[in-house]
Amino acid sequence: MTTFQTELADSAFSADARSDETFRDAARSYLQRVRGGDMGSLPAVLGLVVLFVVFGLANERFTSALNLANLVTQAGSICVLAMGLVFVLLLGDIDLSAGVAGGVSACAMALSITDHGWPWWAAILAGVACGALIGLAIGLLRAKLGIPSFVVTLAFFLGLQGVTLKLIGEGGSVRVDDPVIRGITVTNLPVTVGWACALLVVVGYAGLQLHRHRSKVAAGLHHAPFGVVAARIVGVAAVTLGVTYLLSLNRSVNANIEIRGIPYVLPMVGVLLIVLTVVLTRTSYGRHIYAVGGNAEAARRAGINVDRIRMSVFVMCSSLAALSGIVAASYGGKVSASSGAGNVLLYAVGAAVIGGTSLFGGKGRALDAVIGGVVVATIANGLGLLNQSSYINFLVTGGVLLLAASVDAISRRRRSVTGLS
Amino acid sequence: MTAEAIPKTAPILELRGVNKSFGVVHVLHDVDFSVYPGEVTALVGDNGAGKSTLVKAIAGIHPIDSGTYLFDGKPVSVHGPNDVAALGVEVVYQDLALCDNLDIVSNMFLGREVRQRGMLDEARMETLAREALASLSVRTVKSVRQAVSSLSGGQRQTVAIAKCVLWNSRVVLLDEPTAALGVAQTRQVIDLVRRLAEQGLGVVLISHNMVDVFEVADRICALYLGRVAAEVKASEVTHSQVVELITAGRSGDLGLAPAEAAKSM
Repeated sequence: MTTFQTELADSAFSADARSDETFRDAARSYLQRVRGGDMGSLPAVLGLVVLFVVFGLANERFTSALNLANLVTQAGSICVLAMGLVFVLLLGDIDLSAGVAGGVSACAMALSITDHGWPWWAAILAGVACGALIGLAIGLLRAKLGIPSFVVTLAFFLGLQGVTLKLIGEGGSVRVDDPVIRGITVTNLPVTVGWACALLVVVGYAGLQLHRHRSKVAAGLHHAPFGVVAARIVGVAAVTLGVTYLLSLNRSVNANIEIRGIPYVLPMVGVLLIVLTVVLTRTSYGRHIYAVGGNAEAARRAGINVDRIRMSVFVMCSSLAALSGIVAASYGGKVSASSGAGNVLLYAVGAAVIGGTSLFGGKGRALDAVIGGVVVATIANGLGLLNQSSYINFLVTGGVLLLAASVDAISRRRRSVTGLS
Repeated sequence: MTAEAIPKTAPILELRGVNKSFGVVHVLHDVDFSVYPGEVTALVGDNGAGKSTLVKAIAGIHPIDSGTYLFDGKPVSVHGPNDVAALGVEVVYQDLALCDNLDIVSNMFLGREVRQRGMLDEARMETLAREALASLSVRTVKSVRQAVSSLSGGQRQTVAIAKCVLWNSRVVLLDEPTAALGVAQTRQVIDLVRRLAEQGLGVVLISHNMVDVFEVADRICALYLGRVAAEVKASEVTHSQVVELITAGRSGDLGLAPAEAAKSM
């Protein structure tokens, strides 16, 4: 009899319009989800805290304003590439060529400035178009011919390195001198503009969240308790304002020069994060990506053109990879034959997976990529400061990627046991 | 007792003299099949009797070789699943076509999202989904924002069926909806099938389970080796007569003539 009653109490959408659900209830159900294997980006956030403590204790320069600004610019290209990979990973596919696709695109961008004298914006457009074209080719081979994405993109990984080599010539490199493109990573927003942007982000986010909460409550729809909404707003405000404060400090080591302000790459990543989050969560296209990643057959029966979705994610991924390649070229000041090769892709895949994107498809957010990207950049940056030999760097990064993939696989198994998604 | 004895309300969907062959194998022989509004028609038959082929023919997946496909009394030409869906015929397949990683609302609107200025209109979709579930007196779902992976088999079946109500379908074909369910969940789904018919939809239930069939069906159409052995009212036959129709194609004066039954062998 008691079981019958609890069932009644839990039924008929009781959880949806329940307005007396408290912050404590929400916290408890969150804990339940975490224990059930639905951890999201929690491991990444905890990992980041641990890394900051460890590196901060090991080397006092790590927490200096100069190094934190360095960290931001280092993380920029990784975050952008990882956001692109999230699209492909959501379908359960992989793009091993994303790094070198970024290299080729950056090369196209640099050459159209040096050899053809194009303005910076036309060069960036050419680079992104180059990336989109590569993505389209990969997508066609994957979706229409049905070659596993691992093989297609491995072939492109090898082939595109040859293209870069041919474009640049053996052993050479192309300089990137354009002040605007170089400025993405080496110049900073004026401090007042930085603060204004930060405030705009915080106020805009708070306004949107509160408005959405109020209209959901009014319409009797499923909503999070007010405490959770407030906590989210406080969290976003703390991170945004905290980072802005740190980057507004004078970080110059030379007393005669003053360096302060947010590097341009940070708002660029921020805008991409917002746009891609909207695309993934608020449009039919995004919904269809999750559907195809969750159950391609169900998506097909629901009338979704699965092949077109599959091709489009590779185009998205390679286009974002092109942007990432351009940011990396801006940071390095040149494009060389090895741009985008080596561990670039591994870093980005690691970033996405560490952030909580599943390798099995159907689960992941753009925000995961950014959080994971910061973790990966922190590892690279911290180890660099400790003057470790590069073999340690490879070992640690590989180990972290393996750890993240294990967490993903284990939590997936737990989810299927507990029935959470 | 044959089709003439059944009182005539106009069928929504009707197949007349349908034949279908796969290469040399003649699977459907002159099949007549009707779906009436507000009634549950059970489609029964042994393995290989042609149930799945008939359902796929109705769903537009298999084109028919000869015969007429009528909807609302008018002949229609069916070239693919989209034509059938446009008529308001919905098929709920045995292996449920739901995405585990999405919530109930997203699944019910999958491929047909409600949009406002290019963005998903979540509030409207959630309200409509809840109304559709409530109209079927579905009371076992805790939240329409639950992920489908957290639902039981019966609840998943419920969501898949409720989708048909949401889209104002007129004919719903359910392929073995209770095959993998426990007792209580079968109960839920059978009740749901009944309520679907009460809303005026034409329901086709494909099932091996005679208890379910007799509980919910108004008519029973028995297939035997690709022919319609009999189309009878459920209230006018017994359990054992239907079993005989399924296994031998005839039962007393019901079913195929002995010569015809033998010919099909």
